[in-house]
Amino acid sequence: MKRIAMVGMPNTGKSTLFNRLTGAHANVGNWPGLTVDLLSAKLIIGDQMVQLVDLPGIYDLNGYSEDEKVVTTFLAQEQVDLVLVVLNASQVERQMVLLQQLMQLDLALVLVLNMVDEAAALGITIDAQGLASKLGIPVCLLSAKYGQGVEQLHPAMHKALRATKSRDAPAAKPGARGLEAAVKSSVFVPAQASHALTERIDRILLDPWLGLPIFFGVMFLLFELVFFLGKPIQDAMAWGFSALRSGALEPALAGLPFALRGFLLDGVYNGLSTVASFVPLIVMFFFCMGIVEDAGYLSRAAFLMDALMARFGLDGRSFVMVLMGFGCNVPALMGTRVIRSRGLRLLTMLVIPMSLCSARLQVFVFFIAALFSATVAPLVLFSLYLISILSAMLTSLLFKRRYVNNDPFVLEMPPYRLPTLRQMLLRGWHEVRHFIRRATRFIVLGVVLVWLLTNFPASAAAGGPNTWAGQIGELLNPVLSPLGIDPKLTIALIFGFVAKEIVIGSLAVIYGQDGGALTSAIAHQIDWVQAYSFMLFTLIYTPCLSTIATISTESKSRAFSLLAIAWPLGLAWCVSLLFYQVARQLAG
Amino acid sequence: MNTAASALTLNRLDPGESGTILSLEAGEELHQRLVALGLRIGDRVRLLRRARFGGPLHIRVGMTELIMRRREASRIHLAFEHPAD
Repeated sequence: MKRIAMVGMPNTGKSTLFNRLTGAHANVGNWPGLTVDLLSAKLIIGDQMVQLVDLPGIYDLNGYSEDEKVVTTFLAQEQVDLVLVVLNASQVERQMVLLQQLMQLDLALVLVLNMVDEAAALGITIDAQGLASKLGIPVCLLSAKYGQGVEQLHPAMHKALRATKSRDAPAAKPGARGLEAAVKSSVFVPAQASHALTERIDRILLDPWLGLPIFFGVMFLLFELVFFLGKPIQDAMAWGFSALRSGALEPALAGLPFALRGFLLDGVYNGLSTVASFVPLIVMFFFCMGIVEDAGYLSRAAFLMDALMARFGLDGRSFVMVLMGFGCNVPALMGTRVIRSRGLRLLTMLVIPMSLCSARLQVFVFFIAALFSATVAPLVLFSLYLISILSAMLTSLLFKRRYVNNDPFVLEMPPYRLPTLRQMLLRGWHEVRHFIRRATRFIVLGVVLVWLLTNFPASAAAGGPNTWAGQIGELLNPVLSPLGIDPKLTIALIFGFVAKEIVIGSLAVIYGQDGGALTSAIAHQIDWVQAYSFMLFTLIYTPCLSTIATISTESKSRAFSLLAIAWPLGLAWCVSLLFYQVARQLAG
Repeated sequence: MNTAASALTLNRLDPGESGTILSLEAGEELHQRLVALGLRIGDRVRLLRRARFGGPLHIRVGMTELIMRRREASRIHLAFEHPAD
C-alpha cells in the first residue's frame, strides 16, 4: 500500500485537513523508534488504497525539537511515496523554508496552501498555476476548515502517486533564491495586510489591566461548562451502569459460582464502567479545549500567565491544564499534548495529579461532615485546596531542573478564528477513542486485582481484615500507623488506588455499616487528627488508576510513570507524618 | 524632520515602536527557530505589547505575530529610527 505523509508548520491547519480528508476513521498508532503516536487513516485515491499519515507540525527539518526528530526519522525510515506539504497561505513567504528543505530530499511533493479563506480576507492573492510551474510541483489552494478547494487534492495526489511509478530524471530543483523569486512573483501581499479584528480583540483581551481578570473569568466559565455539564451525564451513566447490573446482570449470572460471578461483576464490569464514567468528562473537556485552542486563546493564556509560571518552570498552557485538573486529572493530562516540548509536558504531567479533583472532593466532604463541626468545615476544605496548590508548586520547583523546557519560548500567536462544530466534535471523538483503546485494559486489570485482594482468600469476609488487602494493611501498619492511618483505613486507601469514587463505598463494606451509621462508626473509631491525616494522604497519593493509565500511555515512559506514582506517594507519607506527629503533640 | 538611527535590542522597544533586524545573536537552535518564524535580517519588527510582571513580548513581523520571552528578545538587535519630532 502506498503511503502519503503530511508535513507542515504548526498552526497551518494540517490536522484539520487530515480530518477533512479522512473523517472520523483515523487511528492512533505506534511506530517503531518514534516517541509520539501518529494519526493515520486509509484513503481511496483513484483506484487504490493509500495510507495517509499526519506527522507533527514542525518549523524545520534540521531542527532540534522532539517533533522535528520524529518527522526526519519517519521520512528516513518509512516508505513514503508522497509528501503533502501544508503551508499557511497567508504566510507562504516565511514558510517556504520548509518546502525548500523538503525539496532537497528525493521525495514526490504536493504543495497545499491552506487557509485561503483567511488569505483572501487579508487581500492576499496567489497565482497557484504560476507557482506550480516555477516550483515544478503541483500546488493546491484550499481551506480545510470550510472545505473549499479540497476537491482538487484527490486528483493532484492521484497524479503525483502515478508519476512516482516511472519517475523521470527530476527537473532541476529551484534553490533558495529560486523559491524566493517564485513566491515573490506568484504571491501578492498588500502592504497594509493585517488582522484588524484580531488586533481589536487583543486590545481588550490582552489589556494590561483587564487581561488577567478576563482570563480567570474565561477559565471559570470553561470549568463550569465542563464539569457542571459533564458531571450530571457522568452520574446518569453511573446510575445506568448500576441499574443494568442489578436489573439484568446479577439475575443473569446468579447461577454462576460465587468467585466467577464476583470476577465478572466486581472485577470486569466495574472496570468497564469506570472507563465509561470518564467518557462524558473527556468529551466535554476536549470540546471546550477545542474552542479555546482553535479560537487562538490558548496562546493568549500563555502570554498572560507566563511571567508567573516561568518561575515554576511551567508556562501558561501548563497552567490551563493544571487548573482543569481540579475537575478531573485524566482529560487534563491528555490535554498536555498541546505542549510540544517534552520536558515541559512531563513536568506539567507530574504537577497535574496534585490538583484536588472532584472525585477526591467526595471523600473529603464525607470525612469533614463526619468529624468536623459545620463552622470549621469550610476552613478544613479550604486548607485542603491550599495544600493541593502548595504540593503542585513544590513539585514543579523540585523537578523543574530535571524536566527542563528545552524549547525556546517563541510561540506563534495565531489570529482569532471561529472554530467549527465539526472540528470540535471530531476532536472529542478522537480523544475518547484514544482513551478507551489505551486505558481500558489497564483499568480493568487494576480493578480485577483490587477485587481479588479484597475478596480472597475465599474464607475471609469481603473487605475485612482477613483478606489479602487486610493482610497488606496489617503489613503496612508499621509504615502507616505513625500517620494515624489504621489497617481499616489502609484497605480504603488500597481501594482508593483504583478510584476515589469508591472509597466511601469501600468504607461501608469495611466497617459493615451504611449511610448515617457509617458516619457515626467512623466518628467513633477515629478522631479528627487521624481523619485529617487520612485526607492529606488521600489528597496527595496516587489519584486513581485511570490517571496512572493516562500518564503511562501519554508519556510512553515506564521510568516517568513510576516516578509519577512514587513521588506523590512519598510526599503524601511525609506530609501526613509531619501533620500527624505535630498535631498529636499539640493536641495531646 | 530629522530621523536619527540607533541600534538597540528588541526588548528595549516601547509598545507601538518598530525597528529593522540587524542581527540575531542566538545559538543555532534559537536562530533556526527565529528564522523559521519569520525573523530574518532586514525584516521590520513591531512591538505590540508587553505582558505585565516581566512577562513575554507580543511582536509582529510580516504576517506573523509572535510571543517571546524578554531574554530571547534581547538577542535580537535592531536598527531603530527615532520617530521624527
